[in-house]
Amino acid sequence: MSLHKPYLDVPGTTIFDAEQSRKGYWLNQFCMSLMKAENRARFKANERAYLDEWAMTEAQKQAVLDRDLNRCIALGGNIYFLAKIGSTDGKSFQQMAGSMTGMTEEEYRDMMVKGGRSAEGNRVVGEDGDAQAHRQPQGIAGRAAKGT
Amino acid sequence: MARITASVYTSHVPAIGAAMDLGKTQEPYWQKVFSGYDFSREWVKRNRPDVVFLVYNDHATAFSLDIIPTFAIGTAAEYAIADEGWGPRPVPKVIGHPELASHIAQSVIQDDFDLTIVNKMDVDHGLTVPLSLLFGQTEAWPCKVIPFAVNVVQYPVPSGRRCFELGKAIRKAIESFDENLNVQIWGTGGMSHQLQGPRAGLINKDWDNRFLDRLIAEPEALAQVPHIEYVREAGSEGIELVMWLIARGAMSDITGAKAPTVAHRFYHVPASNTAVGHMILENA
Repeated sequence: MSLHKPYLDVPGTTIFDAEQSRKGYWLNQFCMSLMKAENRARFKANERAYLDEWAMTEAQKQAVLDRDLNRCIALGGNIYFLAKIGSTDGKSFQQMAGSMTGMTEEEYRDMMVKGGRSAEGNRVVGEDGDAQAHRQPQGIAGRAAKGT
Repeated sequence: MARITASVYTSHVPAIGAAMDLGKTQEPYWQKVFSGYDFSREWVKRNRPDVVFLVYNDHATAFSLDIIPTFAIGTAAEYAIADEGWGPRPVPKVIGHPELASHIAQSVIQDDFDLTIVNKMDVDHGLTVPLSLLFGQTEAWPCKVIPFAVNVVQYPVPSGRRCFELGKAIRKAIESFDENLNVQIWGTGGMSHQLQGPRAGLINKDWDNRFLDRLIAEPEALAQVPHIEYVREAGSEGIELVMWLIARGAMSDITGAKAPTVAHRFYHVPASNTAVGHMILENA
């Protein structure tokens, strides 16, 4: 019998459950290691060499090198663990969260100051809100991609 | 005997701690956030707790994926401030209350809640930001703190109903401790926010304010709300709000006393990615 997962149809959202956690175990444990200053220094000195010390998949390593947080999450990463990469890079949580929307840092900050992203159209896959797959990436990047 | 005199609810956004640590509290963006705590700082001076039972979540700090306890109670004498990747926050270490904490652990476990007992852990912004918000910048925290960490990182997290029932068991435990102590229970995290994916930045003002209304007036019904509603309406990280139900379940009206007094209520968007909610309820 399969497990009850009522959260698979929330747009733009990956719930970090036991299955994701199992996939992402080494990716997340690598992130955890960045809480020590000496590990941050070693990672910064040679990212590839440091990543090769971990039993991560090649795809996970590449997603880290690319700082592609959406990809990291798809491959089992959890945002609270991935945040350690961001803080190693000197990025704020807002910069990290914003990077996953395709918006520029300024666009994302403005959205938050204006009250944040609305839940309207963003509750269930198939609606027309700005977090839905057919409306990615968001912001200037999205308009450029559509040629408008 | 020990008594729970009040419950305090607040978001614990890391950027709030950073704003205090970096001296940005007077900037207009942050002033709007901190103005909601002016009352509370005066209130807590008048109502100084001996012990704060502080419900929070660890953000992949003390608990990696090696060990994921659903409910963990700190029974240590003291707790170091964690390095979350940018060095530890410059705030005082946290002094525990091992006697009361052990007493609570024994009582609550006998009431069928299987707590994990933790004698060594560093505490992160989830615990220190609420202390900073209420007590400001200080050389030493003015009270003892029992950290109570709830897993809201890896699903499934505990249900609202389970959290609410746990709150009741915690109050029973505290009120069976012989020493005369003024105890406050703080529920932290939330309100609506999502930190991941194309849906990052979600905020739901109406839902949050309804949550506050119901937390005051009909907490038992609120505790029946399933996880999926939090995710859809308040964002994937909005699920942290189940922790507020532990604090609410520990108030004495739940077992028949008079309704608590709403001493303070505050709501503001945004602090970084998050809607900030804050409330103080005093037991009648």
